Amino acid sequence: MSLRADLSLISEWIKPGSRILDLGCGDGTLLKYLRDTANVSGFGIEIDQQDIVKCIESDVNVIHADLDEGINNYFDADSFDYVVMTQALQAIRHPEELLDEVLRVSSDAIITFPNMGYWSGRLQLGLGGHMPVTKSLPNHWYNTPNIHLCTLKDFENLCVERSIRIIKRRVVDSRHKHGNWLMKIWPNLFGEIAIYHITKK
Amino acid sequence: MPDSIPENSVGLVTPEVHHFDEPLLLDCGKTLEQYDLIIETYGELNADKSNAVLICHALSGDHHAAGYHTMDDRKPGWWESAIGPGKPIDTNQFFVICLNNLGGCKGSSGPTTKIPGSDRFYGPDFPIVTVKDWVRSQQRLMLRLGIAQWAAIIGGSLGGMQVLQWTIDFPSLLRHAIVIAAAPKLTAQNIAFNEVARQAIMSDPEFHEGHYLEKNTKPKGGVMLARMLGHITYLSDDSMREKFGRELREGKLNFGFDVDFQVESYLRYQGKSFVDKFDANTYLLMTKALDYFDPASEYNDNLVDALKKATAKFLVVSFTSDWRFAPERSREISQALVAANREISYVEITAHQGHDAFLIPIPEYMAAFDAYMNKVARDIDEVKSS
Repeated sequence: MSLRADLSLISEWIKPGSRILDLGCGDGTLLKYLRDTANVSGFGIEIDQQDIVKCIESDVNVIHADLDEGINNYFDADSFDYVVMTQALQAIRHPEELLDEVLRVSSDAIITFPNMGYWSGRLQLGLGGHMPVTKSLPNHWYNTPNIHLCTLKDFENLCVERSIRIIKRRVVDSRHKHGNWLMKIWPNLFGEIAIYHITKK
Repeated sequence: MPDSIPENSVGLVTPEVHHFDEPLLLDCGKTLEQYDLIIETYGELNADKSNAVLICHALSGDHHAAGYHTMDDRKPGWWESAIGPGKPIDTNQFFVICLNNLGGCKGSSGPTTKIPGSDRFYGPDFPIVTVKDWVRSQQRLMLRLGIAQWAAIIGGSLGGMQVLQWTIDFPSLLRHAIVIAAAPKLTAQNIAFNEVARQAIMSDPEFHEGHYLEKNTKPKGGVMLARMLGHITYLSDDSMREKFGRELREGKLNFGFDVDFQVESYLRYQGKSFVDKFDANTYLLMTKALDYFDPASEYNDNLVDALKKATAKFLVVSFTSDWRFAPERSREISQALVAANREISYVEITAHQGHDAFLIPIPEYMAAFDAYMNKVARDIDEVKSS
């Protein structure tokens, strides 16, 4: 089974046998992969009914819930080894509050989001004068679910403010290929998607 | 009347009665020295008896969950939408058992059956039964049928409550629990509705303190009112608006107290047709079983502790417009299961039909149900191979 490259990268960061919570787990691909390859157990949270059916088909435990309502009702403190949230943070109404909740239920979290600082976006807004439309941000301003876009710098500033420690950071392009030298030197300019491993200080 | 039996129906079915002589001690302290349970089965029990599924019925349900008794039947069993070949509870894969619970009025021992060794009906003297008592009696039935472990127990509404009780009282006797449109206990509002229904029945002059059968009569008005009230709580505001709106039966207002609006006509029809099908004392008993249901009460009112006893895997389902047992109530169950570290999936189906949605083949509901039942079927193969 071939796994989307960002999910494959995440799965390398997760210790076998862990208990994880996947927020916005979609069809359960990551959880199924980790269960089958690394003996990982846990839950997915998803809001889309069709994705939930796919999770059930894959024998992945899934809870139908809206992340905008938070996860405190469902999970006790430190009940997971990792919380994973791929490409969902930017669509949350209060991402800063959810981050706090995430690091309450687990000491470690892996968060990915599209980087608003990507050069193409900067060019489109700076020179073109319109909201960017890129491969990782394919929607127009009026129909985008992404209401809280940020750059690497923004996210890292928030982490400082919230006393969140960054353990690892990787940036990839929209095909999720592992970074080239440009991405390594100027991640906030050439990284299209950011992947962070964060923890409580 | 079906001209021909649809291909995805279990077809013509015949109930069977099982007599039990071993006394059953009830929660109320009384003992049923002997009793009958009437059941229906669909599909075939496999050689190692690992594919049996128990269906628990809701307040006014019975053992006739699927198929037809005769070619003259106007309607199939109450859960025809979910039980049959190729349906979520696939009778090509599962051996499905449904029974009429104790206290019922469709053939199991209850107020309309005779007290053993006497010519008298039980009537109001049939003891109050609880969900726990039902589960105990269902476990006796399980032994009788030689089934060591249920592949799954499934129920909606009051049926879902029996499923929950099973997972706590007999954790090792089932592999999967499917709890649909249920609640971990009733709210004051739920109990209030039940009390109005009971008062409607008991204040009917034909009730005679429950001894109406001996007087060859029935508290028809009371049962009709109880059913009309119940029916309102099974539907949603939206579904009533869609079904009836303010449509007038005769196209004009009559400036009287008879039926003006279609919704009145519908409720009266539902109430009246229920009177012939259902017993008043049974209605009282069933509503009490609902009111008393509270599995956490045996665990210091801690639902998480109660569900820590469970070992089954769970599917919990709710419906957005259900206000009798709203999604919040199913979330309570799900949250407690997660906190108890059980395996659980929970889905909230977008539906406008209210509580009744659990009986309606809504595509997303059927898809989730079907996906889960496939998993139940896969586990049967695992049990076989181990």
